[in-house]
Amino acid sequence: MTKSRCSRRFRGADRLRDIRLIDAPFDPNAAIDTLAMASPDIGGIASFVGKVRAGGGIEALELTHYEPLTLPGMHDLADRAFARFDLIGLVMLHRVGLMHPGEPIVCVSAAARHRRDALAATDFCMDHLKSAAWFWKREKRADGWHWIEPRAADHNDLARWQT
Amino acid sequence: MVTVVPLGKLADLAGAPALQLPAPLDWAGLKAAVPEALAAVLDDPRNRIALNGALLADKGTLQAGEGDEIALLPPVSGG
Repeated sequence: MTKSRCSRRFRGADRLRDIRLIDAPFDPNAAIDTLAMASPDIGGIASFVGKVRAGGGIEALELTHYEPLTLPGMHDLADRAFARFDLIGLVMLHRVGLMHPGEPIVCVSAAARHRRDALAATDFCMDHLKSAAWFWKREKRADGWHWIEPRAADHNDLARWQT
Repeated sequence: MVTVVPLGKLADLAGAPALQLPAPLDWAGLKAAVPEALAAVLDDPRNRIALNGALLADKGTLQAGEGDEIALLPPVSGG
């Protein structure tokens, strides 16, 4: 196999499976647009972008991850989404580090032949990222930093997919 | 040495983002070697342990040698 054929093949694969941790502000639309152009078979794209909410006195948000677990865990989640839904492509981007209100934290975008797979895969990935991915979050308010505890609602969201 | 990486609020209890402890370390040895406030919560079943990036099903089986990395993982707070 020649080098050029190999690199071309990998570029094509990356455009249909873009799973990344990002340590600086990012533009989710760039990744979504790239996915949308990646295959003529795509009939629908569903995307979710989560942002740091203003209000509640939040000055900043910090997400900690653990390198040996967090990104492999996201790849495992992507594998399960591809196995469960009829997907053509999947983008899963997650911020780590220090963020401020208004900045994107997460972007999931699923491309499929039909809308139900795209919508459900996006929902599936978000529920698992919110409740089962290896991230620890703390908020800075006027009185200092506060760790965010797991919410019961996140576990209920996860239970929806345990069939 | 064994590197111990406490995540989330366990880092606050450890007082540092990473601890270097003499090898070898088993579960009892780990609890004896870390700050008391951290040791007090390690048996909580919600706090998980990974050795070199692999989760341990049973923390009591921990056996860490020279160059190994132990991660102390409190419940995740979601992305």
